[in-house]
Amino acid sequence: MKARVQVMLKAGVLDPQGEAVRHALGSLGFDGVEGVRQGKVIELDLAESDPEAARGQVTEMCEKLLANTVIESYQIEIG
Amino acid sequence: MKAAVIVYPGSNCDRDLAVAFERAGAEVTKVWHKDTALPAGLDIVGVPGGFSYGDYLRCGAIAAQSPITRAVIDFTHAGGHAIGICNGFQVLTETKVLPGALMRNAGLKFICKTAGLRVATTDSVFTRAYDDGQVIHLPVAHHDGNYVADPDTLKALQDQDRIAFTYTDNPNGSVADIAGVLSENRRVLGLMPHPERAVDAAHGGTDGAAMFRAIAGLVAPA
Repeated sequence: MKARVQVMLKAGVLDPQGEAVRHALGSLGFDGVEGVRQGKVIELDLAESDPEAARGQVTEMCEKLLANTVIESYQIEIG
Repeated sequence: MKAAVIVYPGSNCDRDLAVAFERAGAEVTKVWHKDTALPAGLDIVGVPGGFSYGDYLRCGAIAAQSPITRAVIDFTHAGGHAIGICNGFQVLTETKVLPGALMRNAGLKFICKTAGLRVATTDSVFTRAYDDGQVIHLPVAHHDGNYVADPDTLKALQDQDRIAFTYTDNPNGSVADIAGVLSENRRVLGLMPHPERAVDAAHGGTDGAAMFRAIAGLVAPA
């Protein structure tokens, strides 16, 4: 079973890299980009076949390692 | 005094830190990341700078899961002294031994220069040798030294006098100019600047030497 984790800086945490991308887009002539947030996507191949059990496992992985919940939030997609 | 310096794959300030401890009179053991126990009778553990595990995932995140790091966490929870410098500070925040987190520098660039630091508290083994408000100069060399903490955590750090050093000219966007913080029991210091790179005249400055002398003199034998 596949799982996909999206890790983003929490709302309210200034994202310096996203800001740099926004400026670069502006200098390329892409007007009207009012905000850019940059995150990361982590894809997992799991032996688990039960979606709920898989979600539980991945949630634990996020809390323990994949995200730093002091500054980051995460979203999990299963399947 | 007995000190241990942790060595992760990618640590590169471990020797400098060991030498700084030795010059202050400590007996130093380097401990490999796959070891599961610290030496017996240890007074302080140093988590050095570098790029543990290539900074993969987040700086310090993989090192925080190393077998030896579990022993470091237990040591600090039992009241042991520890100092985490640069990547070591990142490791100690990732383990939650110290609060907050270190993000990418606000200016996005790797910063390598000498920084002015104000001693924000003298109430710790690490800062006791300095005067309150004294400005010292230590090298900084990091890409992710932008200290962040939520408002409640920041208030607790301020109320409990746990901000050890602040930048005189904030190079990286750190909240409240924070360069280093103490644990609640004041026995763990994490800081981005490198005191171990300022212990010899050949380094261009010796402002870090007093910290190691103070640690050696003031950590009670176990």
